Amino acid sequence: MRIPCPICGERDRREFYYQGDALALNRPDPDAGDVVWNDYIHNRDNSAGVTRDLWHHEAGCSNWLVVTRNTVTHEVLGAELASMVKGEQG
Amino acid sequence: MLKLVAKSPAEGLVPLSVGTMELNEVVPAAITSIACYQGHADALSAALKEHHGMALPKTGQATGRAGARAIWAGPSVFLVGPEPHADLSNHAAIVDQSDSWCVLNLKGADVEAVLARLSSVDMRSKAMKKGQVVRSQLQHMNAIYHRVSDDSFDIYAFRSMAKTMVHDIDRAMRYIASRG
Repeated sequence: MRIPCPICGERDRREFYYQGDALALNRPDPDAGDVVWNDYIHNRDNSAGVTRDLWHHEAGCSNWLVVTRNTVTHEVLGAELASMVKGEQG
Repeated sequence: MLKLVAKSPAEGLVPLSVGTMELNEVVPAAITSIACYQGHADALSAALKEHHGMALPKTGQATGRAGARAIWAGPSVFLVGPEPHADLSNHAAIVDQSDSWCVLNLKGADVEAVLARLSSVDMRSKAMKKGQVVRSQLQHMNAIYHRVSDDSFDIYAFRSMAKTMVHDIDRAMRYIASRG
């Protein structure tokens, strides 16, 4: 499996550390309440198909990436810098 | 007063000479991490040029020359050689990393074949030119590769792993040499 790092180009999976669902970027408001925070911290969909996950290019440029991939076909569909994704979300 | 003896990271481990390859230690006077503040890239580059005679390297590049270089190192740039001028701290976070890195120079006709045994990144001349920098792995540890000429690379890895670094490069050199 190879991940197209926007900084380094296509690199082997071994250079990356897997974190989890990119949902983690959507941090709720501190006052959002227990239900919202509980959901944010603990609950994830376990969907088959296209997922967006956070990966760290640990043995490369050290950037956090949002990698889009398909868990059914194992296709890697793309990767963006998490800082850019976060910036777009505001 | 106790007199301390300074040892370089790979002291006693190199030089090594295997087949066509030579492994030597490079001991820069200083290595400094320069992490540019947001929006200061142009000013930092100008300051680097004024005080150290080299521009800020772009992603995957190095500037300067032997003895005074700036190499891309991911989130920051490493100034290798000179002590950083105080003016740089107006534009970047400056951290002394002189004692953190082991720098080895790998040189010889089979350098590309040896590197292919150490990292999954294509560092052959058609993919990586002189002056380019790659951050990748050296077997299982993180390393920075800088192509300094057609047949030689400077390789940076953590000082604490110097013995492992030399061991892994030595083994790769031996494998290539034994193929004849």
